Amino acid sequence: MKQLLILSGKGGTGKTTLAGAFIKLAQAKAYADVDVDAPNLHLILEQDVIPQIADYYGMDKAYIDMDICNLCGICEEHCRFNAISFVEDAFLVDYYACEGCGVCQAICPVDAAKMVPDIAGELKLFTNDAVFSTAQLKMGNGNSGMLVTEVKKTMQEAAISVPLAIIDGSPGIGCPVIASLSGVDMVLIVAEPSLSGVSDMKRIINTAEQFQAKIAVCINKYDTNVEKTDMIINMCKEINLPFVGRVPYDTEAVKAINNGQTIVDIDCIAGEAAKGIFAEVLNILNV
Amino acid sequence: MISIRDIIGVGIREMKVAVLSGKGGTGKTFVSVNLATVAENSIYADCDIEEPNGHIFLKLGEVEREKVNVKIPVVDNDKCNGCRICVDFCRYNALAYINKNLIIFDDICHSCGGCTLLCPEDALHEVDRGIGVIEKGISDDVTVYTGILNVGEISGVPIIENIMDKVDNGQGTTIIDCPPGTACTVIETVKNADYCIIVAEPSIFGVHNLNMAIDLVKLFDKPFGVVLNKCLPDFDPAEAYCQENSIKILAKIPFDRELGKLNADGYIISKESPKYQELFTHLLDSIEKGG
Repeated sequence: MKQLLILSGKGGTGKTTLAGAFIKLAQAKAYADVDVDAPNLHLILEQDVIPQIADYYGMDKAYIDMDICNLCGICEEHCRFNAISFVEDAFLVDYYACEGCGVCQAICPVDAAKMVPDIAGELKLFTNDAVFSTAQLKMGNGNSGMLVTEVKKTMQEAAISVPLAIIDGSPGIGCPVIASLSGVDMVLIVAEPSLSGVSDMKRIINTAEQFQAKIAVCINKYDTNVEKTDMIINMCKEINLPFVGRVPYDTEAVKAINNGQTIVDIDCIAGEAAKGIFAEVLNILNV
Repeated sequence: MISIRDIIGVGIREMKVAVLSGKGGTGKTFVSVNLATVAENSIYADCDIEEPNGHIFLKLGEVEREKVNVKIPVVDNDKCNGCRICVDFCRYNALAYINKNLIIFDDICHSCGGCTLLCPEDALHEVDRGIGVIEKGISDDVTVYTGILNVGEISGVPIIENIMDKVDNGQGTTIIDCPPGTACTVIETVKNADYCIIVAEPSIFGVHNLNMAIDLVKLFDKPFGVVLNKCLPDFDPAEAYCQENSIKILAKIPFDRELGKLNADGYIISKESPKYQELFTHLLDSIEKGG
C-alpha cells in the first residue's frame, strides 16, 4: 500500500478540502483522517454505514485514595507536572495536567496513589466499499501522537491489499504530525500564499525531510496573493521540491463544502485545479 | 453595568485574553495582533509554538533570546548494575537495557524524573536539553513574546508554561495567541486567561471545531465570545450555530480580498485602515465591559 499524507504546517490552508477531492478522484479504497484534534473529513465524505467504534486508552491517570492517604505530601512534592494539589482536606489530581508518569504511585509510602486506565478518545472505522479510519481525541489530551498511530494501523489492517491510501493530516509540526509522517510514501504540502503560510511551510518541509517520504508542494487560494504564490514556487525550485499546482479561491468550493460535498462533486474551477494536482501527485507516487 | 474586570477582580492593565479557534487558519493571529495593536502598552504572547507567526506582523528590532530546556536523564554506566527498575518504571518507554547498556531515548522522555528518583545505585542524573526558544522584543508599544519549538520536537508545553509565567508578571492587557486544536497545549493557554475569544470561519468545518473550542472554554469556566471571520454574504453555518446556542458574537469580519492581501503581506490592518482600527478597538472595549 502506498500512502499519501496531506500536511500544511499552517492550519486552514485546505488539507481536508484537497484530501476529500483526491479520495473521490482516486476512488480510494482506504483513507484516514489523522487530525485527531479536529477531524473534519467525515463532514464531506458521507458514510452510509454504522462505524465500528473502539475506545482509545491513553496514558493512565493518577488518583489519590484519600481513605489510605497519610497526608505526607510526597506525591505533590515530586510531581513535575504540578498535577497534584492539596485542596481543603484532600490531595486532588488535575486530570488535564497529569501526564500519567506514575512517579506518585512509585513513591507513595502507603500505596494511596494509584494509576487508573483512562479513555482518551475514540477510534472509528467505516467499512463499505472502502475503508475509512478516523478518530476523535478527547479535549485537552496530550496523547495525540499515539492515537494517530492507532488510526493509521487500523486503516492498514482493514485494507491490506489496497494500492493507495490517502491520509488527511493535522496542522503544526509537533507530536501528531511526526506520528503521521512515519511510514508514508509521499507528503503533499498545501501551502497558503501569505508570509505566515511561507514561514509555516518552511517548518513543515524541514520536519518532513527527517523522514523518507517524497515531498511535493501545492498552493491553495493562490490568486489571493500572486506575489507570495510566485515566492513559494521559486522557493520550491531553489530547494528542488516538485511544485504540483495551484488552486484558485472559489466561493463555489466553499458552498460545496458547506453542502457536505467535495470540490470535485460539483463543477467548479477549484475542483478542476485539484484534478490537475492529483494527476501530478500520482505521477510522483508512481501508482 | 458590572464589568468583567469587576467580576474577575483585575485592574484595567492586567486582563489576559486568550484567542483560540479549534480549527487552524481561522484568523487567530490576525485577531490577536490587531487587538494587541489597539490596546495601549499591551503584551502579545505567541503560544502557537509549532508555527508562530505573530512576529511577521509585530516586527521586532532587537530580540532577547532565551532557551527553554527540559530535564533528561543521563546514565553513569559504571554505576548502573542493570537492575532495570528505571526501564520497568518508564511508562513512555524512553529507556531500554540492551547488551548491558542503558539506552535513553531523549525525544520520548517526558522529564518526569521518575527514573532518576528510583535508581537504587544513583546511576542516573538529569541534565538540560533544549527544546526551543522564547524571543522577547518590542514592536511600537507592544511587548512581544514568541515561543518557538525546535523542528522535530514533540511537545511545546514547557515553552508555553514558561511564557505564561512571564506574562503573569507583566503589566498591561495581555493577548495570548493560542495553538489550533483543543489539545494539551491549548489548555495551558486557556487556563491562564480571564477571557477567551474563539475565532470561527463560516464553514461546516468551522462549526464542528467551534463546538469543540466552546466545550473547552466552558470546561474551564471562562467567559467567552466568538469572532466570525472571513464572512461571505451566503448562509453562514457558524453564525447560525452561535444564534441557535445563544453564543455571543463579538464581531463579524467580512471576507475582503484587500484585507486578506494586506494581512498576507504582513501588514497590521488596524494600522492601515481606520475602519478596522475602530472594529478592533470596539471589540477590545466590549470584552473589557464583559463581552
